[in-house]
Amino acid sequence: MTYIAKPKLHHPSLTRNEVGKTRRDYEGAISTLCAGCGHDSISAAIVQACFELSIEPHTVAKLSGIGCSSKAPTYFLGASHGFNTVHGRMPSVLTGANLANRDLIYLGVSGDGDSASIGLGQFAHLMRRGVNMTYIVMNNGVYGLTKGQFSATADKGSVAKKGAVNNDSGIDLASLAIIMGATYVARSFSGDKQQLVPLIKAAISHPGAAILDVVSPCVAFNNHAGSTKSYDFVREHNETVNRLDVILGAPPMTAEYGPGEMVEVPQADGVTLRLRKITPDYDPSDKAGALSFIEEKSQAGELATGLLYLDPLPKDLHANMNTAAEPLNTLTESTLCPGSTVLETINAALR
Amino acid sequence: MSEPIASVNEFVVKFANVNGSGSASANELFARSILRMGVPVSPRNIFPSNIQGLPTWYEVRVSEKGYLGRRGGVDLLVAMNPQTWKQDVEELSPGGYLFYDSTRPMPASAFRDDVTTIGVPLTAICNATYTDARQRQLFKNIIYIGVLSVLLDIDPEAIEKLFGEQYKGKEALLGANRKALKLGRDYAHENLDPDLVKLRVKAADKVGDRIFMEGNAAAALGCVYGGATVCAWYPITPSSSLAEAFQAFCKRYRHNKETGKANYAIVQAEDELAAIGMVIGAGWNGARAFTSTSGPGVSLMTEFIGLAYFAEVPAVIINVQRGGPSTGMPTRTQQADILSAAYASNGDTKHVLLFPEDPRECFEFGAESLDLADRLQTPVFVMTDLDIGMNQRLCNPLAWDDSRTFDRGKVMTAEELDAGKTFGRYLDVDGDGIPFRTIPGTHPTKGAYFTRGTTKDRFARYSEEGDVYIDNMERLAKKFETAKSLVPQPIVRHAKEQTRYGVIYFGSTSPAMDEAIDLLEEKGSHVNSMRLRAFPFPNSVKDFILAHDKVFVVEQNRDAQVRGMLSNELGIDPARLVPICHYDGTPITGRFIARAIGGRMEELKVVSLERAVS
Repeated sequence: MTYIAKPKLHHPSLTRNEVGKTRRDYEGAISTLCAGCGHDSISAAIVQACFELSIEPHTVAKLSGIGCSSKAPTYFLGASHGFNTVHGRMPSVLTGANLANRDLIYLGVSGDGDSASIGLGQFAHLMRRGVNMTYIVMNNGVYGLTKGQFSATADKGSVAKKGAVNNDSGIDLASLAIIMGATYVARSFSGDKQQLVPLIKAAISHPGAAILDVVSPCVAFNNHAGSTKSYDFVREHNETVNRLDVILGAPPMTAEYGPGEMVEVPQADGVTLRLRKITPDYDPSDKAGALSFIEEKSQAGELATGLLYLDPLPKDLHANMNTAAEPLNTLTESTLCPGSTVLETINAALR
Repeated sequence: MSEPIASVNEFVVKFANVNGSGSASANELFARSILRMGVPVSPRNIFPSNIQGLPTWYEVRVSEKGYLGRRGGVDLLVAMNPQTWKQDVEELSPGGYLFYDSTRPMPASAFRDDVTTIGVPLTAICNATYTDARQRQLFKNIIYIGVLSVLLDIDPEAIEKLFGEQYKGKEALLGANRKALKLGRDYAHENLDPDLVKLRVKAADKVGDRIFMEGNAAAALGCVYGGATVCAWYPITPSSSLAEAFQAFCKRYRHNKETGKANYAIVQAEDELAAIGMVIGAGWNGARAFTSTSGPGVSLMTEFIGLAYFAEVPAVIINVQRGGPSTGMPTRTQQADILSAAYASNGDTKHVLLFPEDPRECFEFGAESLDLADRLQTPVFVMTDLDIGMNQRLCNPLAWDDSRTFDRGKVMTAEELDAGKTFGRYLDVDGDGIPFRTIPGTHPTKGAYFTRGTTKDRFARYSEEGDVYIDNMERLAKKFETAKSLVPQPIVRHAKEQTRYGVIYFGSTSPAMDEAIDLLEEKGSHVNSMRLRAFPFPNSVKDFILAHDKVFVVEQNRDAQVRGMLSNELGIDPARLVPICHYDGTPITGRFIARAIGGRMEELKVVSLERAVS
């Protein structure tokens, strides 16, 4: 970490996006995480994605649980409201916030301890309900703040810094999210910004439960030989299924790819996802296929990354509940309170 | 043989049934028909944690005097459950009446010679009339209501009218119920001595415009009127019917008539942790939100409640208390979660508690709690219980002033931010300990802050500095002090004569206390009373206690929880506070309180005499 304050002055030549903001307008406070921490790269990717999407920062609500990852929301989108909740329970707080105001963009940030250990239940139910949000797991397989204990995503057989071997099966959050009903499931690597930024953009554009499992090496406790969440290991075993471009507005014609090499998936709000296939025949709309592919790769010691599953017609919690189009937190007495005349009728029926 | 109990409009009938036998609606019909005759009743369900097969009781107190608390003792037993026959018969007061199904002969040893026995061959009548097994079962209940209506002089017109309302548009059911009622009435007229039972219901005019309602439904309706838009809950007895009632009321009153869209959101969460998490998320984001639960649920919510206290997020928790600890007595009543709610969470925390006495106050406090939570930016508990929540209780009609607006508390707007008003999320600008908050999304560049459960300074910046921490904790204490004047104030009643004794009570103890005060007065014992309606205790509570030599604190738990809080919070010498505790899971009775207080007053007299001599 650094103690040098960020300069407040912006260089006048910085590029501005459609809402007149520079990339710096999406930054937050200086990170207090370790130098080289994967989480900082993910924060930077979030900043980049929001800048490129021309999001007004105050329309984002960023929520997290507890842990290194959950500290990260302080380090991006300083003009957004943030909520550092309790360990493993961010999903419920995010759900409630989303119920109160469906118009904001919800960004949930969590870690592997937060989501796969203490918060596994809330993680699963959040996906089940189809809460419209982007859920980013900064997954390093280890408890950083408490100095190096295994988390529930640590692979079986992986070795801790001090030599302990993990005997428990690792939880694959991407597979779990698919099973639980998430409608956008992707995996990436904090060291691959080219892949990560478009995946975040697509997740934010997705009108349903979107989850990104981002392997994010812990330089302090899980970046050694024997770890399956180290920079070296992930680089060597990364099996990318596709590359994604997020296109705002009408997609330009393209002739770079041969037939079957590229798929365009239109999203709500005029966004188009363009998938360039790397693994031939990988179809992210095939739920069962996605699950078996992830498992096959896992058994081969490889990590499947990219857009793993996408439901092109997602339905979110509000759609399921037929909630009013205007945010519930804006409704007033005249809409909410039935008044004294109705109460008299109720009284009369109780006599 | 004891003299048969004779009474007009003052007696207790207890129905002993088998759970799932359809007795509940017949028994309710019995209670309502008496109510329609202008005579107050207070029924109580005494039921097991079971769906079918276990014993269940329905106790109806008929009281023209208007005592709505449980009285204790049984004058007429309707013994429909062989499983509990022995204990039921034992409970009957000497001179009481035992009504039973005489189809199968019972040994003489099963009866008592100091009670009047009324045998009616209910099963035989049913078997002769109905072929369908379910009908035989269901109409047996209506037949006994028919017999009882003759024996007790209940107006058949009142019952017919209730049938008409209940089965409106369901002519077949209406006819079948009428027929069953007539079967019972005819049997009684033809076979039973009309003077056999000396308990009578006589038409009176003592009900007035009061309504008959369950507290859970009333609290739910209060949340509708108070503007709750988010409800997150997890099923737990005895609170489940509260969230279900909220759902039913919302379906009726909260859909946009043109679009059909819902102006509310209800989530049945995966557990209580998620339920309170959703409430806190919604409250943080500016919606009014509540959860309903019971003691074990509050235990699970405790970490989150600490977050809401420390991060200052509005949240309403309706705790329909049951017998604890742990799973405890899930279907019995207690007031034993007071301490665990008042100080829920690790660290130094205190929470606002409201104590409704009946459904009417469940409604009022349901709405009020949402205002208080927003005003104080903190969790507010509505501490009701099974006795109020799951029993129909006669209470004043619900009232609403249409000019009333929601108190959203201190929320800074975009206009105020633009005007240059200083925004410090935890900055006490008014001296009342309550800071301003902004709702997420308010302003493009101003008013955003980070909410966290860790320590922070006045401008919501993370800090572990000791003085910054103390500054914040002291402000929170000041805010709690402010709450004293905002919460519902206690209600004092003075005895007819000057007295050095006082009594403090709260919540569902209220109707029993009313009766106890009368019973004590009849014996020449006088106590001034104070009904607490909220925690923190306003200053008037200390004044009341100090104005008396001894104050009895009546509560439905073992450890005299509120007595301890009074002592700790107000710096009262515990010796001044005399615990009167009732905690067997049944609702406290006027007789119990009068006996306990009367007994202690005698002892205290003796003590003071000794002191005087020594």
